[in-house]
Amino acid sequence: MSSAALDVALEVKGVWKYYGDFPALRDIAFSVTPGSTVALLGRNGAGKTTLLRILAGLSKPSRGAVTIHGADVREESTRRRIGVLGHGISLYEELSAFENLRLFARLYAIPDPARRITEMLERTDLERVRDGLVREFSRGMRQRLAVARVFLHDPEVLLLDEPFTALDDRAIAVLQALLSDMHQRGRTIVMSTHQLREALEAATHVAMIQRGQIVYAGERRQEMVDDTGWLYRTYGDN
Amino acid sequence: MYLRQVLTIAAKDLRAEVRTREAVNASFAFMLVILVLFSFAFDPGNSEISIPAIAGGLLWIAYSFAAALTLNRSFARELQNDCLDALLATPIPASALFFGKALANFALLLAMETVSLGVFSVLYNVKIRAQIWALLLVIVLGTWAMTVMGTLFSALTVNLRLRELMLPVMLYPFLIVPLSAAITLTSDLLNGIPLGGDNILWLKVLTGFNIIFTSLAVVLIDTVLVG
Amino acid sequence: MRERIQYLLLTVSAGLLFWSLYRIAFVLPLEAINVGAYQILYLHVPSFFSAFTGFFLGLGASAMYLKTGNFKYDSFAAGVNEVALMFATAGLASGSIWARYAWGVWWAWDHRLTSMLVCWLVYVGYLLLRKSVEEPTQRAQLSAVLSIIGCINVAFVYKSIEWYRNLHPSPVLSFRGGGGMGPGMEAPLLWNWLAFVCLGIVIAMVRMQEGEVSREIDALRRQAHSY
Repeated sequence: MSSAALDVALEVKGVWKYYGDFPALRDIAFSVTPGSTVALLGRNGAGKTTLLRILAGLSKPSRGAVTIHGADVREESTRRRIGVLGHGISLYEELSAFENLRLFARLYAIPDPARRITEMLERTDLERVRDGLVREFSRGMRQRLAVARVFLHDPEVLLLDEPFTALDDRAIAVLQALLSDMHQRGRTIVMSTHQLREALEAATHVAMIQRGQIVYAGERRQEMVDDTGWLYRTYGDN
Repeated sequence: MYLRQVLTIAAKDLRAEVRTREAVNASFAFMLVILVLFSFAFDPGNSEISIPAIAGGLLWIAYSFAAALTLNRSFARELQNDCLDALLATPIPASALFFGKALANFALLLAMETVSLGVFSVLYNVKIRAQIWALLLVIVLGTWAMTVMGTLFSALTVNLRLRELMLPVMLYPFLIVPLSAAITLTSDLLNGIPLGGDNILWLKVLTGFNIIFTSLAVVLIDTVLVG
Repeated sequence: MRERIQYLLLTVSAGLLFWSLYRIAFVLPLEAINVGAYQILYLHVPSFFSAFTGFFLGLGASAMYLKTGNFKYDSFAAGVNEVALMFATAGLASGSIWARYAWGVWWAWDHRLTSMLVCWLVYVGYLLLRKSVEEPTQRAQLSAVLSIIGCINVAFVYKSIEWYRNLHPSPVLSFRGGGGMGPGMEAPLLWNWLAFVCLGIVIAMVRMQEGEVSREIDALRRQAHSY
């Protein structure tokens, strides 16, 4: 992450978010170079989810702007380049795995949707249940399908809100494989997380948010990986 | 492109609804129950009460109750599994999402209403064939008004605690205008008075309401959904 | 400064109301325009005028809030809509009393009363909506949307119910095309309207202040609970 970069994958400029008179986010500003993997850390209530929602265009900042490769995130063409994984699985229970993916394939206007859907189903090991209704899936199967949905349109920027929290081992393996694949292809990833070790191992950069403000934004350092509490002690409140 | 997005959403809603039949079963049953109950409220055999005179009111009360039940679920079903966020994160404009859902609701309501119309004409011995096309036109216009307002309120109340109660309470005052127009037109048609002359006023009111409030919905939906 | 304005408006309002009361009690004839107890007109009509004034101001303030995001507009819209609802209640109550006196019934489904009732329901919905949303920004946005569509609906309702029913006395005031009430009798009505509007503005201003304070408290509470 730098303050001067030729092509910036994600840039946050002076973002404030107010709930009434209460500033949940205060003057957030940072930029993310393409190809980085950013781990967004912070305690509960610090503002991670609020910030991620704004980055995803799901919520409007009270002040400031967010741009993805220079274009405002609320524009439709920009949203095609973003993939978002929130807390819920974002799948329709009454539709089949295939129908769910086809819905999003159409909304994202993916070329050759049938082939791409089959490919994602294979990568998440759900091809044999492609016509099964989601309501009959096990928890692990739903999680893998949710992951398939996020990567379906091959986004350039991925925003993940605590992705490892609710996943079982198999789903984590699938997710990690896909993430590393994206990273190798130069895509940008921003994930908020509690699972410090898993996130820090994959991350190239780290940002820490506390009480709505960014208190650290920079490269991942060895101290962070060796001692997961280091960051909180050095830059946090205690 | 926009149209394709609208149709994708509409198809998704219809497919999900047809599979579970949650809203349709409840609304349809409710509509039939109301039609039957009305016969206990007064005596259909009593020649003093002219059925065709109040038929319009009867029919549209039944229609509007069913509409409130159906429309309530429109955006509410997106809350499960956080689907609404996923939809809003896609390139679809909020107005396309709104139209897609409105279209699906519209289709469902029309289907239920046409069947109920048949049931109604049998139960109360009201002749509908003579003016059937005009009748269908009025039903289409009136249903669109209910659909637009209901879908908009469904979006507005999606995150509220007492959504199921709030939506009908807030919605019905907005339906007074289209319902009174539809009721007048329907009663006239069922009494053998064709569209034209004095009636045209109500047709204009209904159309004007539809145009103005559909435009308002399109303009305001982004604020309501994203903020 | 703000308090001085409030006191000034209160004084103007009180003065106008006392003068009006004096005139009604001692100067104006006991009967006029063929109806007894017509004096209640001086409460009934200005109440309605003030209510509509309030709702239109609410529409404007809501639109300004959506445009600028400044909470002052939201507080003003809330205050003005609430005050207008209060006047609408007064208008309905006074209308009901007159109906009892003049026509022998507490309620009649004539167009003005009915449209006022619908209007009242819309804004009761507005109050309910405000109460159900806890987060101030979302509350401001959703109620702004409701205020806008509500006021436009009220305009529709007013005109269309006029065509639907007709029992209410036709316009009597000279500026509405009627023959006038007689010399010196129309003026107090308009002065009362002004008095009510002044009173309404004072109440709205107090409400605005209250809105600011409650937002501040809400922010402090969030801060205390945040990490």
